[in-house]
Amino acid sequence: MSKAFNEFIRGITKDNPIFALVLGLCPALAVTTSVDNAIGMSAGTAFVLVGANLMVSALRNYIPSTVRLPIFILIIATFVSIVDMVMEAYTPPLYAALGVFIPLIVVNCIIIGRAEAYANKNNMFYSLIDALGISAGFLLALVTIGGIRELLGTGQIVVFGQMIVSIPMMSPASYMILPPGAFLTIGILMAIINHRRAKKLARGE
Amino acid sequence: MVEKALFAIFMEGLFIKNFLIIQFLGLCSFLGVTKDTKSAAGMSGAVIFVMTMASIVSYVIYTFVLIPLDLQFLRLISFIVVIAALVQLVEFVVRKNIPSLYRSLGIYLPLITTNCAVLGVVLLNVMNEYSFLQSLVFGISAGMGYTIVMVMMSSIREKTTILPVPSAMRGLPQAFLIAAMLSMAFVNYFKVIPL
Repeated sequence: MSKAFNEFIRGITKDNPIFALVLGLCPALAVTTSVDNAIGMSAGTAFVLVGANLMVSALRNYIPSTVRLPIFILIIATFVSIVDMVMEAYTPPLYAALGVFIPLIVVNCIIIGRAEAYANKNNMFYSLIDALGISAGFLLALVTIGGIRELLGTGQIVVFGQMIVSIPMMSPASYMILPPGAFLTIGILMAIINHRRAKKLARGE
Repeated sequence: MVEKALFAIFMEGLFIKNFLIIQFLGLCSFLGVTKDTKSAAGMSGAVIFVMTMASIVSYVIYTFVLIPLDLQFLRLISFIVVIAALVQLVEFVVRKNIPSLYRSLGIYLPLITTNCAVLGVVLLNVMNEYSFLQSLVFGISAGMGYTIVMVMMSSIREKTTILPVPSAMRGLPQAFLIAAMLSMAFVNYFKVIPL
């Protein structure tokens, strides 16, 4: 069981899709104008990732390796179509906010990357754990970026109608919820992570 | 849906809704291929061609096949197949007729299939209910906007690699900060041209 736990944690830290693997940047920057959108996007991606990983893992002995990539893409596209239709029907405001990025989950490199690098070689249980770990890492990264941008850009963080944090005296920097804020936030976050990693290496850990 | 003027769509694709730094589509190539100007320009050329062709072909398929058969929910799958087939075709033609260009493009050609900018153009055409001409103009202008930013970014990055920046900022963080400044310049087009 400890191997499963390690695999899960690996998705959040060492193989974090945004900060370590640098995959799937487009949605991570485009929809993180608020924590709400970040959670919605992560939920959609997580569903596709879990579904695709399970499916690929279940079929891994039947898929001929020469045509595996087109088959992976078809499997992923099926799950993305499901998410697209479900979100359109049940959460129209979220669907409108995320816009073209819901169908674009299909070209998100994280999903096909995990299908190729992990699910195609491991059994269904570990593929599920891997998908959950990577999804948790993606959620964490998106909520961090979204939280910073929402707090600095509007002066408060509101999650599903609940006020979480608010800075009443601050005049909001609206640039943070515009596109430049996304680049600025992820650039500085990555620099901080690089710095910490370099320090750890220097200490010889 | 109000009919949008072709010029407005052209300016949108080029600057106001620039694919790379306003809409965040196609960031993988934006960060991966902009280390030198030559490959950035080559990649951009291929992207312009595939975007334009994909706009035309997907419009035809969506309007004349998917809508009459009431199969709109298959649009995602069919568009991906269209783009993959187009990229294959481009690769085939270029390799056969212009081998020198094929060599200089290298792996960037097949990578276009998974570039979300191309699929983004096609999906936005459908979402905005653009006519044939509007789709075509949007495809071309999006490709040109992509080219402008790719060339700008790569020439800035070429010149900033030798700067004495802190070691934690080397590489990607530096690229992101350059992109933030480029984006600040582009974001003001929102305010200049009300559409």
